[in-house]
Amino acid sequence: MSLTPELGSALKDILPDDGLILEPEMLRAYECDGLTAKRGLPLAVALPRTGKQVQAVVRLCHEHRLPIVPRGAGTGLSGGAQPLSNGLVLSLARMQRILEINPDNLSARVQPGVRNLAVSDAARAHGLYYAPDPSSQIACTIGGNVAENSGGVHCLKYGLTVHNILQLQLVTAEGELLEIGSNALDSPGYDLLALLTGSEGLLGIITEVTVKLLPIPPAARVMLAAFDSVEQAGQAVGAIIAAGIVPAGLEMMDNRSLRAAEDFVHAGYPVDAAAILLCEMDGTQTEVHEQLERVERILLRYGCSSMRASDSEEERTRIWAGRKAAFPAVGRISPDYYCMDGTIPRHRLPEVLSRIEAMSGKYSLNVANVFHAGDGNLHPLILYDASKPGELARAEKFGGEILALCVEVGGTITGEHGVGSEKIDQMCVQFHSMELQQFHAIKKAFDETALFNPGKAIPTLHRCAELGAMHVHNGELPFPDLERF
Amino acid sequence: MSHRELIRDAFASKTPLNIQGGGSKGFLQPAPVPAKTLHTTDLTGILDYQPEELFVRARAGTRLQEIEKLLRQKQQMLPFDPPRFSPAATLGGSIASGLSGPSRPWWGAARDFVLGCVLINGRGERLRFGGEVIKNVAGYDVSRLQCGAWGTLGLLEEISIKTLPAPEEEITLELELDESDALEKIREWNRQPLPLCGAVWHQGLLRIRLSGNAAAVAQGRLRIGGERSGNTGFWEQLKEHRLDFFHSAKPLWRISLPRDCPAMKLPGEILVDWGGAQRWLLSDSSMEVLSQIAANAGGHASPFHPNRPVPLDPGLMRLHQRLKNAFDPAGILNPGRLFP
Repeated sequence: MSLTPELGSALKDILPDDGLILEPEMLRAYECDGLTAKRGLPLAVALPRTGKQVQAVVRLCHEHRLPIVPRGAGTGLSGGAQPLSNGLVLSLARMQRILEINPDNLSARVQPGVRNLAVSDAARAHGLYYAPDPSSQIACTIGGNVAENSGGVHCLKYGLTVHNILQLQLVTAEGELLEIGSNALDSPGYDLLALLTGSEGLLGIITEVTVKLLPIPPAARVMLAAFDSVEQAGQAVGAIIAAGIVPAGLEMMDNRSLRAAEDFVHAGYPVDAAAILLCEMDGTQTEVHEQLERVERILLRYGCSSMRASDSEEERTRIWAGRKAAFPAVGRISPDYYCMDGTIPRHRLPEVLSRIEAMSGKYSLNVANVFHAGDGNLHPLILYDASKPGELARAEKFGGEILALCVEVGGTITGEHGVGSEKIDQMCVQFHSMELQQFHAIKKAFDETALFNPGKAIPTLHRCAELGAMHVHNGELPFPDLERF
Repeated sequence: MSHRELIRDAFASKTPLNIQGGGSKGFLQPAPVPAKTLHTTDLTGILDYQPEELFVRARAGTRLQEIEKLLRQKQQMLPFDPPRFSPAATLGGSIASGLSGPSRPWWGAARDFVLGCVLINGRGERLRFGGEVIKNVAGYDVSRLQCGAWGTLGLLEEISIKTLPAPEEEITLELELDESDALEKIREWNRQPLPLCGAVWHQGLLRIRLSGNAAAVAQGRLRIGGERSGNTGFWEQLKEHRLDFFHSAKPLWRISLPRDCPAMKLPGEILVDWGGAQRWLLSDSSMEVLSQIAANAGGHASPFHPNRPVPLDPGLMRLHQRLKNAFDPAGILNPGRLFP
């Protein structure tokens, strides 16, 4: 399939110079996002520089029923920006101007292609920063963060993207420009800001975002604590929260992931520990000191075998470096890995981990666990070798079983990576058909002709019905037509 | 008959329904069109409370007081500090109205703490969205959308809310300042890492509430200065609108503004709340006049007395109507509440 010459030249008129990519070799750069297993070439890639150009492109595509896949930096892990062979990729990456930093309103108005970290960098001169810090923050864009409702290691205390934005400028499927939210703390009508955040590019194109800024805490220290069992570490997490402490970050790594990280970045992790906790406190010097003492007492009570608190900013950075490099570190010990993203109620952790261990035996595949322990978001990394026959299929089945387990214990199939094209089938596990129908009705209210990212995030009832039939038959979830990694 | 059956029947017969919880916030809405009242007060009970998991799940008709009492026993709280306006106030009503107390600019709004809900839409379908976990991005965030929707998208049957530990220490400081200086000071303090959770100016007196870790509160007190106040009931009286200011025959308006909005002339008596981002106004002025003043300052004005709904821009209005239609195609839920 290709663009008609008329449509191609109409797009060129809107996007002069290098604003439109049509050459197959250049389209290649857009064939996938962070979910690299799912690839495909779009008909074209549009690279607008202004909101007006976005509007014009959307109007044209609407008129010609040409599907649009919006894209930020392409760091998403669920295939949300995976191109459609009959559609256009609309990249917002060139809209990368910080339009205004307003320290008195604690806000920054930015274009969608601005990188997450660039906002904090620009705000630093005012003693402010943007709190959500997904691990891809060097590269990922604010527009993409809004589309995915991105979190980060500090979201237990500071919230997700939805808690940290004030206003959006949205181009609707008809090409109309709407202001959603305001510079004030609330606006009349429905909370469309909440509905649009995390809508994975299905409801509109974001052309501007006003984010909230926070004062930079004067002090931050991280405690590194080792445990002889994952259960003890899990109980310590619950005890810290129950004591009325809300750490800025609270992370857990099991032995396999902490060893991989230690070998990779030499963060000083105790490689014999069954699990480590990283517990960060921030605030004033005295406050941090006091809180760390309390955390120390709790950790000891729960059988922590050794602990160390960072004494300098360098040490803090080094301790975090291990955690932040956990995924690539695991990538060094296995030819391939498949990253899962379920959330569970925290107190079910020991049970969930032991059942994952049992599955690991059943599928003969190792797994490394990295856990945003404070908010229950679990990232099991399934290790496999795609060059060995059958391993990929086993990894997929293993992954599907983990996500079904997350739902079974009262959690969810995705904590922060989104559904995209990757978890579309697991949506059938999490939701009933009436709920999915409600989602489709919402989509229709915004985008009647399914212009934006069709086929992503919300499965059709037909697809779920087929899966359901097979589900009953096999007693487990198959994903026959999903290729991954 | 269950609520689901009642709504299903009403959908079939196109009978308008007026959803009512404790009735504590009914005064905020225009007189509803004649409709059959659907009470939620029998949907009661706290279904699950796990302090270590930081959530509480309750049926929508559960009294707010009951939930707050339970949380207090475990040294926790609802951080958005919802106004009750009557002991009968329910959790469902608090979420449907989406109102938040004096700590809102620093701790967040009602919508920030909604984790999940069970909703019966206008077709009488019982739907579950979100859950009890803090991070959950599966599907559209329908739960938060119910905040401030006034039941026009569905009847809330069950709600899960994130809880937080109650602060260790709380103090109130008073400083004598005029409005302009008070707002200037607040802007300066907002940019610093201080444990602020209330900033109110009225008739020459600025009241600052600090709460959190004891050491941080002590340090904040040194930074801010002023006199420590013994009037510990002030914040509750403010939240519940029991201060003398609110006992007026004049209509009360709520003006929502950007946090950096300076002192402004408003046609009537004012009480500055939320560090300037919410200003209460007693005024006989019209909605048009006040809306214009608020819009010029980057915010909006809404009546806090029976009046017609705040008008929306035409583009937004169309989207609202389509969204309403997606949940309530027969238009039977709370007609007249959010739309003219």
